[in-house]
Amino acid sequence: MTDSAASPAVGRSVPRREGADKVTGRAHYTDDLVVPGAWYGKTIRSTVARGTLRAITLDPAFDWSRVVVVTADDIPGDNVVQLIRDDQPALARVGGEIRHQEEPVLLLAAPDKGLLEEAARHVRLAYEAREPVLELERATETYHTIEIVKGDVATALRVADLVVERTFRVGLQEQLYIEPQGAIAFPYRGSGPGAGASGVTVIGSLQCPYYVHRALKRALGLPDEQVVVIQAETGGGFGGKEEYPSVVAIHAALLARKAGRPVRLIYDRHEDLAATTKRHPGVITHRTGVGRDGTLTAQDIEIVLDGGAYCTLTPVVLSRAAIHAAGAYACPNVRIRARAVATNTPPNGAFRGFGAPQSLFAAELMVEHVAERLGVASLDLRRKWMLRLGDSTATGQVLTESVSAELVLDAALKAAPTFQRPRPLGSNLPRVRRGRGLSLVFHGSGFTGSGEKKLAGKVAVECTAPGEFRILTASTEIGQGTKTIFSQIAADALGVPIDRVTVGAQDTSLVPDSGPTVASRTAMIVGGLIRDAATELQKRLTQERPPLRVDRTYVQPDTVHWDDATYRGDAYPVYAWACTIADVDVALDTGEVRVTDVVTAVDCGKAIHPVMAEGQIEGGSLQAVGWATIEEIKMRDGRYLNDRLATYLIPTTLDAPRIRTILVENPYSGGPFGAKGIGELPMDGPAPAIIAAIHDATGAWIDEVPATPEKVLAACASS
Amino acid sequence: MRFVLNGRSVAVDAPGSRRLLDVLREDLGFTGTKEGCGEGECGACSVLIDGAVVDSCLVAVGQVEGCNVVTVEGLADGGQLTALQQAFIEHGAAQCGICTPGMLLAAHALLQQNSQPSDGDVRIALAGNLCRCTGYTKIIDAVLACRT
Repeated sequence: MTDSAASPAVGRSVPRREGADKVTGRAHYTDDLVVPGAWYGKTIRSTVARGTLRAITLDPAFDWSRVVVVTADDIPGDNVVQLIRDDQPALARVGGEIRHQEEPVLLLAAPDKGLLEEAARHVRLAYEAREPVLELERATETYHTIEIVKGDVATALRVADLVVERTFRVGLQEQLYIEPQGAIAFPYRGSGPGAGASGVTVIGSLQCPYYVHRALKRALGLPDEQVVVIQAETGGGFGGKEEYPSVVAIHAALLARKAGRPVRLIYDRHEDLAATTKRHPGVITHRTGVGRDGTLTAQDIEIVLDGGAYCTLTPVVLSRAAIHAAGAYACPNVRIRARAVATNTPPNGAFRGFGAPQSLFAAELMVEHVAERLGVASLDLRRKWMLRLGDSTATGQVLTESVSAELVLDAALKAAPTFQRPRPLGSNLPRVRRGRGLSLVFHGSGFTGSGEKKLAGKVAVECTAPGEFRILTASTEIGQGTKTIFSQIAADALGVPIDRVTVGAQDTSLVPDSGPTVASRTAMIVGGLIRDAATELQKRLTQERPPLRVDRTYVQPDTVHWDDATYRGDAYPVYAWACTIADVDVALDTGEVRVTDVVTAVDCGKAIHPVMAEGQIEGGSLQAVGWATIEEIKMRDGRYLNDRLATYLIPTTLDAPRIRTILVENPYSGGPFGAKGIGELPMDGPAPAIIAAIHDATGAWIDEVPATPEKVLAACASS
Repeated sequence: MRFVLNGRSVAVDAPGSRRLLDVLREDLGFTGTKEGCGEGECGACSVLIDGAVVDSCLVAVGQVEGCNVVTVEGLADGGQLTALQQAFIEHGAAQCGICTPGMLLAAHALLQQNSQPSDGDVRIALAGNLCRCTGYTKIIDAVLACRT
């Protein structure tokens, strides 16, 4: 693995840039940072799911001069966590509404953890409790609705030879990054012009430095230059560190400013599981009309997602769910009605796939149900229905390039081992059935519709000295390989070895706002900007001398047309495609499902770094296996019951199948070196493939995830 | 009390009930050992105590008096990465990296005891270490690549 100027970096699995630091323990995550004089922070939360906060009482028996207490009254700016809608307060105020069990009410900081816990025991909260709304069926408040209409679905359903209706449910899921949420805030007092004004620097575990930057400015009432956000090495995100870190950062900053010293606010796993955002649960109903020959004529789809107690990113999650709801299929008549509602459960938010896994789960299983009713193989139906070059999607987007449904389907079928059933049974497993299922999905790369245009992401590439280059971007490394693939892209565009290129720190005082590290946009959109900036820099260096810096801002190609009002047009610049084949063993006596093999063929356009691309797909696939089989959140009175790692289970090495990835490269002309985004795609396919495999094994249909042993036994009993 | 940390004798002045994890991270500055759950479920805080893989969040420092403790910082010899660390980088076994120190120690302990582990052996040895990024396939491949 040596680099030379002669060999291009793109397409080679070069060593991860921060790999040596990660394998030696030198990589510093937030809680690893040593901060002399820092105090420890803690969040005091509501203990009721809904009501009015009547009083906060600080027990006079405790000496409060030894700690710092922050309430809503201490917020200098707006008491809001800035995102889409201004509904979420940073701290509930006395007389204000409590909307969920984990609502932050008060903050504490103390020089040691023992004193902090002692102080926490002396805080009393009084409420006027109200009956919470905990099920989405009972919700009365709507965050957002979307309607997508193509053709005339009512007529098409009326004249269809066969109409199949089915309702599916999807459950909550925790991102479960292994490093919990955390931030350290450093207050400072300015000097020179504007002296006396005090600002704050926050270092934290986060995906989107500028989201946190905006939220801090708003809550603290500070101008741009008095807020600095720096990403520490981050131990996983999966969407869970998209918007939630703003809450942690605001709380840490409020404490630090009042304490006049740095404050560390590091969640333990229990608090992280109990209070942070989860994948939106939902209910999705399909009515599908087909002709006698299996021709797909109508898709009428209704989606309801539970947003929880505050809006967070729910409208955008709903949007991605709606746009992907018809699946990777061409249908002339489509109606998708999507609605997100409010309940008194902790807010749900971003999680890899962002609504698409929910709606694609239903779409893929619908293919199975229609095939069963028609008495044909679902594989044949997929081949008949699948989107091909020139077809149009539910939003009327005509697919003009890099359309790979057929490519990935063929690649997966070719790679999957011969399926043997029944397998020889061991004497201690007398009633195990084996089955196989398949799914075919697509996932839009980049922000939806005009999102990238509005975002106008920025990067810079600079030549700091002859032969020395640096990339400036706010896109973060959260394990997916951002720093490595950006270096590869820049090195090849500059025509230099990769070791000549460094990546500047994700520090808002140093790097431009490249937009958030989300939406499968990092490689394709931000990587494209880096390629363009590096190409121009290389050109200018033939005439000019360093130091030299080239900035780039995203400009939407004029070929992309999207109408936010009608939800018609080019929803995404391009789509990535995947076909997943899953094999399962189902124990008929216990209902336990074991996923024994997963093969997934993925069209990523171009694998900038094949090993990392496979790593994304394998990790995302296992996260989806967990969602489909064992990751269940149980709730009582609006509180998650299994809010510990001993009770919220994710797959271990013993649960995980060997996931085999087939990379298919059908290049996209708008992506750097042909690359498309694939970060989220692997979350979409495994769940429906596993449910189909369970049916193949047992003859029972399950309409929801996770397919826990209880649900499998119930389905087997009733089939 | 004293114990041997990464080959060197260290003296710590801490209550015997203090978690080994906190002594390592806060008192001795060995922050390569991570805390993921604090209740022995995730393995991010795995260390070797006399060669055995143990969750340091569940160990009181008093229990390791006189023991030989190895953390991730003790694997590379003078900046030279071990074959296992090198294999983790080459195979893409470290993504976000937070589980990596614990994974490396669990894998190292396995390879010390069994130089020819099977895929199944590796899975059993790493079953106490959770990873959310990789799906484990590349971690297992990295360990299998170090069979001697």
